[in-house]
Amino acid sequence: MSEALLDVRLSVNGVVHDLRLPARRLLSDALRHDLGLTGTHVGCEHGVCGACTVLADGRAVRACLMFAVSAVGLELTTVEGLADGDGTLSNVQQAFVECHGLQCGFCTPGFLTTITAGLRENPHPTHEEARDMIAGNLCRCTGYQNIVKAVERAAELGSHERAEGS
Amino acid sequence: MTTKLMGTGVQRVEDQRFLRGLGRYADDVAVDASTLHCAVLRSPHAHARIVDIDVADVLDVDGVHAVWTYDDLTGPMADPLPLLIPHPALTHGRTQYALAKDEVNYMGEAIAFVVADDRYVAEDAVGRIKVTYDVLPPVVGIAAARAADRLVHDDVPGNVGARMEQNTGDVEAALAAAPHRLTLDLDVERSACMPLEGRGTVARWDPDIDRLQVWTSTQTSTGVRAVVAVKLGLDLRQVDVITPDVGGGFGVKINHPWPEELLVPLAARTLGRTVKFTEDRREHFISSAHERGQVQHIEVGFDDDGRLLALDVMFWHDHGAYTPYGLIVPIITSTQLLGPYKPDVYRVVFESLYTNTVMVTPYRGAGRPQGCYAMERTMDAIAAELGKDRTEVRATNFIQPDEFPFEQGLVFQDGRELTYDSGDYPASLEKIKALIGWDDFPAYRAEMAAQGRRVGIGLACYVEGTGVGPYEGAHVHVETSGKVKVATGLTTQGQGHATVFAQLVADELGCRFEDVEVVTGDTRRMPYAVGTFASRAAVMSGSAIHLAARKAKQKALTIAAEALEASPDDLQIVDGVVSVKGSPGSAIDLGTVAVLSNPLRYAFDEASKAATQFTVGDASKPPVAEDEEPGLEGTDFYSPERSTFASGMHAVIVETDPLTAEITVLKYAVVHDCGKLINPTIVEGQIHGGVAQGVGGALYERMVYDESGQLLNASFMDFLMPYVTEVPDGIDIDHLETPSPLNPLGIKGAGEAGVIPSAAVFASAIEDAEGLPITAMPISPSDLFHLRLAHAEETS
Repeated sequence: MSEALLDVRLSVNGVVHDLRLPARRLLSDALRHDLGLTGTHVGCEHGVCGACTVLADGRAVRACLMFAVSAVGLELTTVEGLADGDGTLSNVQQAFVECHGLQCGFCTPGFLTTITAGLRENPHPTHEEARDMIAGNLCRCTGYQNIVKAVERAAELGSHERAEGS
Repeated sequence: MTTKLMGTGVQRVEDQRFLRGLGRYADDVAVDASTLHCAVLRSPHAHARIVDIDVADVLDVDGVHAVWTYDDLTGPMADPLPLLIPHPALTHGRTQYALAKDEVNYMGEAIAFVVADDRYVAEDAVGRIKVTYDVLPPVVGIAAARAADRLVHDDVPGNVGARMEQNTGDVEAALAAAPHRLTLDLDVERSACMPLEGRGTVARWDPDIDRLQVWTSTQTSTGVRAVVAVKLGLDLRQVDVITPDVGGGFGVKINHPWPEELLVPLAARTLGRTVKFTEDRREHFISSAHERGQVQHIEVGFDDDGRLLALDVMFWHDHGAYTPYGLIVPIITSTQLLGPYKPDVYRVVFESLYTNTVMVTPYRGAGRPQGCYAMERTMDAIAAELGKDRTEVRATNFIQPDEFPFEQGLVFQDGRELTYDSGDYPASLEKIKALIGWDDFPAYRAEMAAQGRRVGIGLACYVEGTGVGPYEGAHVHVETSGKVKVATGLTTQGQGHATVFAQLVADELGCRFEDVEVVTGDTRRMPYAVGTFASRAAVMSGSAIHLAARKAKQKALTIAAEALEASPDDLQIVDGVVSVKGSPGSAIDLGTVAVLSNPLRYAFDEASKAATQFTVGDASKPPVAEDEEPGLEGTDFYSPERSTFASGMHAVIVETDPLTAEITVLKYAVVHDCGKLINPTIVEGQIHGGVAQGVGGALYERMVYDESGQLLNASFMDFLMPYVTEVPDGIDIDHLETPSPLNPLGIKGAGEAGVIPSAAVFASAIEDAEGLPITAMPISPSDLFHLRLAHAEETS
């Protein structure tokens, strides 16, 4: 390819990856296609649906609105990095299981990362705050009813991000 | 016996992989630097002749491997795409080509197909294709299609693809004789399924085994397989179609083949490389299907009680530029319009019209929301005319519980008589009235009015034909490990099939739920199947799986009876162990039964030694008895004579802002009867999602085409899909379980129910709040504001 390639060092889920990428490579594509972390999904490519949300230094960001080169120096967490090393689900993930918070699962990674960041900031959300926490993500399957319940259940499971027993 | 899982809200098994980011959707397959990616040149015009396509600059782009236009297609690939469901009334059916030939008929129609190292490069290359168009005036909207000043297809007079009539008697005489008559003119606009995952297809040609593997985000793997084989000139056995995880369907993925579902396999075979196409969101808006757009004219005659004496409906259905899915949507509108009611005489006529817009194929509800809207608007109008309560007029017209099976005297979408199998509409009405607080509403309205707040209540009833044929099948295989592998051919888009089908198998076979693994939509595992649509998966595959599990169980009992020297009638299977009732010491686990079911010459582990030739069997008989087969398996198919009819009622209380006309949902209630529930948690999830889509369709979503056929809101920025902030905060649900007599489990479909009455129920409630007629949906605050102004002008 004639495109100029740049050295890009990405730190994802605690692992450092050295890549050679064109400047225009989106972070979402780099995660999915170059690193094989396909849990981050792309639903609209213009930052509206939130399916591609990942955590960058703990903050929820949309990987489709960011170039991979812009992520250099950030500690990235994707959905693959939410569960404990031994496979125990995080409280947010566990709450989704208990509350039937997902159907097709496509938007789910973006909700999980968004809520993970949201509960770090506000571990005890009111019902209104729980709804507000997910108000920037689209889901076409669940009507959001059980996702709101999952936010509240995750808060109930405790401020520790890992589910009990971990 | 083990506790029955049928009817319990078992947690979903598929969630574990989805929550860990380990789902495998189409774009997650073949993530490898060697995989090639595609981009499609799509028409920027709604209607144009293609004068010339110049691709000379494309192959110069570094990383481009191939480009196809229509002229490069040969054999069956050069023919129009199939018309999937022909119908005698569809006298002028038209389908597009995989790549446009001479003419484009909607903005977004595929013209050229580029394969490159990655999507970025493929899109660069698409930008270098030069097309010369002779732009033609487009036909946009139902009014323009009816006027027929311009034609979409030169050889389709009046833009009419089909005109169809059904009637149950002399409607004109019945109308003339009716003591009261009303006329309604109604509109419903376009929306679309909008799954969060768009379309996607991956194909790999394996020259070593002369075989094509296709992964595609579809609602029918067997449908795609058949057409890929035909179009590529392959034998069916050379094509495998695997449905990976699918990120939502809602109907749009039942249409097939999309051009890319053929072009990707063609490219893979031609180039000898794995090829992938992943649709982006804009492409989904302009090249995948829409639905809902109709204009309706209703004349109704009724008596002093509001009883329907004559119902005469004419509607015009906008099917877009092509008709690959035949007349299914308008046929469903025309038949399911009747809902739970029984007019003395009914006549329905529809015209299915061409426009230069994206084609129309089923979207969740598939014509039912429009039919429900027409009928329920009519019920409300009758109640208003007679000064009666809206629930009373409905109750007067209900089919009664003792009238089933009830024949409506029409032919349904499956070509069978429209015969309702069971239901209890009066009971549903009582439940919905209690759930929403219908009788208390006048007091609530007065209380709110005293605070200067304006509220309204609405309800809508529907009947939904579910579980249409022709059939589904299932294969249940107990492995020697005791694990149970189940396959059914229809596909999954989030309905939790891996869970509910495992519940059915565990219940019938007597194995542990955790030991069951369900695969759907993989033609290697079940090559005979139809697809997932029309709320049919639980009814069709659920029944087939139940029957297949029963066969496997019968076989297990026969083999175990011999091993335990007992009568099969004295055996039970609990938690995967076959034992003699009352003597638990005499037992054998299903895995061992599986070993014994397959007479072996060669042992492969300790357990299998038990099935080798010097160990087992009566030396005087053949090792595999006549009429038997090796292996502990069961295969069966379910093919009902007709559809089963679920039903339900929704009610809503809305508040409308007197100043801004903002519409807020205060309370939403659903009474739902889908027969016996397999998993109430999953059924409620389906209802939640349907209601949210219904809210979108009633209050927010529309496809905004300008007069030149440009879709102006082809992005999530401008097409207003509901966020959590737009859906009701809580949905009150009550179930009624009227079993279907048509299948062994007594179940009916549930997938589409949540969305069917939405336009009707919101129109009813907003009309009630505002005191002005609501005849066009969706309705935005701005629409309502202007309605108020117009109404004030009319009445001043």
